[in-house]
Amino acid sequence: MRELSVATIATHLEILINQASFNLGERELCALREAQARESSASGRAILSELLQNADIARLEGRPLCQDTGVALVFLDIGQDVHIVGGDLQPAIYRAVRNAYQDNYLRKSMVEHPLARKNTGDNNPPIIHIRIVPGEQVRMRFAAKGGGCENMSRIGMLTPSAGREGVMDFIVRTVCEAGGNPCPPVVVGVGLGGNFEKSAMLAKEALMRPLGDHAEREDDAEMERELLARINAEGHGPMGLGGTTTALAVHVISHPCHIASLPVAVNIDCHSHRHAEVIL
Amino acid sequence: MSEPIKLTTPLTEDQTRVLRAGDQIRISGVVYTARDAAHKRLVELLDQKQPLPFDMDGAIIYYVGPTPGAPDQVFGAAGPTTSYRMDAYAPRLIALGLRGMIGKGNRSPEVVDAMKQHGAVYFAATGGAGALLAKCIVKSETVAWDDLGAEALRRLEVVNFPVVVAIDAEGTSLYGNQAME
Repeated sequence: MRELSVATIATHLEILINQASFNLGERELCALREAQARESSASGRAILSELLQNADIARLEGRPLCQDTGVALVFLDIGQDVHIVGGDLQPAIYRAVRNAYQDNYLRKSMVEHPLARKNTGDNNPPIIHIRIVPGEQVRMRFAAKGGGCENMSRIGMLTPSAGREGVMDFIVRTVCEAGGNPCPPVVVGVGLGGNFEKSAMLAKEALMRPLGDHAEREDDAEMERELLARINAEGHGPMGLGGTTTALAVHVISHPCHIASLPVAVNIDCHSHRHAEVIL
Repeated sequence: MSEPIKLTTPLTEDQTRVLRAGDQIRISGVVYTARDAAHKRLVELLDQKQPLPFDMDGAIIYYVGPTPGAPDQVFGAAGPTTSYRMDAYAPRLIALGLRGMIGKGNRSPEVVDAMKQHGAVYFAATGGAGALLAKCIVKSETVAWDDLGAEALRRLEVVNFPVVVAIDAEGTSLYGNQAME
């Protein structure tokens, strides 16, 4: 049994939050550069160029990439041979979020009740997903998830007769009806199958996959390619102002489901696709 | 794309009526920040027949909730938020002379009707370019509702703030081919 202290986890989470908030990943930068070279609309190319410039300014001047520094999303895959010591895990994660959002001058975007809407003042609580996995390591992933793109996400409880075409239509419609709202070019996470909540979890997990990597199953990977082509053929473009780059990637994860069901969840992320991970 | 048009606030109806969807604009002068919570309070003040915290006539509202600035910055990042959430409130402010709104994404038919009637325009700034846009903001002071944190009502001074006319005062829109519920 390996021991790992909550203080170590918290310190690394603060580093991940800092890293994701100020530095756009290499894959994201490459995807924006490639999109800029391909984009057919002049205004679309100008927007993509602004986004690349924005990433440079953020990194060089220590400014957050976007003012919406997100809900703090924390994924922990904890090896079953790890013993977490030195205190309770959840308060340690909350402390790390509070410190990172305060010390890095990030925006505090959480309200304590959905209707009363009083800001909690320290971006707590984060949303934490914990899984127990084999081994004696902890894999921690962080994502800063913006509100504008999260609002454009949808779950469809389709029925089996809808089939592949029905699923594809639902996904394309969800992205296209979102228009310029979620800050395209977007990254589209799709959870196909499972049940109501499982599909949503899969869609979020799909967003966490390294940008542009394809699904393991060949039929899912083929659907990703077709979906990306269909979405970009609709012409909404960067910021919804017209063009051929509406999505940078579509990631699908599928899962077994009930004989009566065909759930599909579409979780949209903006071009400021901010995530970071560490293995402890 | 043609040379950007330079506009200085406050805007007159004569200035806004000639702008066309697609025009690249650089705004200098004063813009006010307000997003979800501040809009709710502005409309509550109108309902109670109370004065508003700033003069709406000729004003521009920027839909933004900036990050706090590091010690040498006004803000760290300050890009637009999605505008449709303000659609329920915007027509009443447009009727009072609000002449420009800066945000991202499409607007409702009710907002566009009010814009046509009163000569207001809707500008889009690039969402997610918060670091770049923050550099065009040279000064900020809180006008009201400090308790709202990032959502407080602020008076900003901007220089050459880059936007595009997304919907003009004739109702012509760059979001032509997308569904709007």
